[in-house]
Amino acid sequence: MLRLEKLEKTYKTGDQALKSVQLLVPEGQVLALIGPSGAGKSTLIRCINRLVEPTSGKVYLGEVELTSLSSNNLRRERRRMGMIFQEYALVERLSVMENVLSGRLGYVGFWRSFLRRFPQSDVDEAFRLLERVGLAHMADKRADELSGGQRQRVGICRALIQNPALLLVDEPTASLDPKTSRQIMRLICELCKERGLAAIINIHDVALAQMFVQRVIGLRFGAIEFDGPPEGLTPEVLTTIYGEEDWEATIESVDDDSDIMVTK
Amino acid sequence: MPVQDLQGKQVWQRNTGRESISHWIIWLIGVAIFAYCWQKISNSTTWFFVWDAPRIADDIWTRATPPRWEYIAQLGEPIWDTLNIATLGTIFSLILAVPIAFLAAHNTTPSKFFVRPIALLIIVSSRSINSLIWALLLIAIIGPGVFAGVIAIAIRSIGFCAKLLYEAIEEIDQTQVEAITATGASRWQVMAYGIVPQILPAFAGIAVFRWDINIRESTVLGLVGAGGIGLQLSSSLNVLAWPQVSLILLVILIAVIISEWVSAKVRGAII
Repeated sequence: MLRLEKLEKTYKTGDQALKSVQLLVPEGQVLALIGPSGAGKSTLIRCINRLVEPTSGKVYLGEVELTSLSSNNLRRERRRMGMIFQEYALVERLSVMENVLSGRLGYVGFWRSFLRRFPQSDVDEAFRLLERVGLAHMADKRADELSGGQRQRVGICRALIQNPALLLVDEPTASLDPKTSRQIMRLICELCKERGLAAIINIHDVALAQMFVQRVIGLRFGAIEFDGPPEGLTPEVLTTIYGEEDWEATIESVDDDSDIMVTK
Repeated sequence: MPVQDLQGKQVWQRNTGRESISHWIIWLIGVAIFAYCWQKISNSTTWFFVWDAPRIADDIWTRATPPRWEYIAQLGEPIWDTLNIATLGTIFSLILAVPIAFLAAHNTTPSKFFVRPIALLIIVSSRSINSLIWALLLIAIIGPGVFAGVIAIAIRSIGFCAKLLYEAIEEIDQTQVEAITATGASRWQVMAYGIVPQILPAFAGIAVFRWDINIRESTVLGLVGAGGIGLQLSSSLNVLAWPQVSLILLVILIAVIISEWVSAKVRGAII
């Protein structure tokens, strides 16, 4: 479904954020990308939809190679990749409905979107999605009136209304409390299952990742250090990814299913 | 080296000896220059007129009061012209300032090395010349009247509005723009959804702020013949009709107070 071949990114400052990353994500697989800050997690996700231009290497989404696309074709392919952000990245001064509908911008022309005359089918779908995440009654609220968890749900709706094949999720829980974090992660994973979506979830909370995903990729200094099931994250593996630390508490919390989280 | 070692005792002073001497010398030079300038100015001042000032001011005050109230009938149209000059000038300047601001902001400009410097040059040149001087130039070009005033105000305001607006554009939250881009939106859609909602409050604030300034600026444009209440002011001054002058100043004061009240209300409603 998604294939990265020798993907590299070197920033103008000379920092090499990605070193020849090879990755294959099959249809419908949810994988977590873990690693210390600065390991290149965000860069990797942004290189896939070219919010950051990769320096070299190839990205295949299905049969289409993304890195060589013209800007018009890139726009068309971006519609197939929904993105969810760390700080929600909602347009604060627009209503919840407008934020959700902005996920359809790739499908409607400029003037229709400018005048907010989206097709009725899009509006129906927006209501269905808001209903699904439990925010139907909030459709008319302005985005900045919502709490963090609610905003992230709107962000999820915006990504899903694109009708994507792949979700790119950048630290979805970094600004949320532990309970909301779990709810959001659960919601994302459920929705991926319902719709058969593949997802790359970039997350720094190892315990949370282990709880919800089928596959974990460990990134360190822009290179893949670990690729396997969540059970494979032993203290030794975490040490190679993050460096020396006492990892017992982090791993234990996987078995511990209470709502109190023990992290690092 | 403020800390010194004197016979085993640590002594601290703010400045070393040499530093305090140089400070004294700098102060001495400063005072000398001041005294010299004072003397120069004093010599070229006709002190008789200065000592006379309170008496003359009092004289003008008694001539100017009470204002000639019946003159108000002739002020209605000029003050209306003045308001129109300010309002139309602000609207024209905003229409031109918005695209210039987008071309000048480094996160929206199509070309950093070619278009942006041109946009910045337009902003600087519009800002560097006072609207009174613009009006003088425009009267020579398009003749005296209200239209010259409108254009003078518009040209003067472009730079001001564009500068504040492009600074607002540069301060937007880039992740919202990223999010809209990631949906596959076109360049114009990204602008309409990612950027415009973020700068709308700044835009409205700038617009009323500039309108407020322009009302004050347009009151003097008449002095050079560009229409509005300034025309009445200059003709009244020329014939030393002090009661009319005082009434005009009163009318301007009221207009400015009203405009300030309106802009405060509008800003309060938006933010």
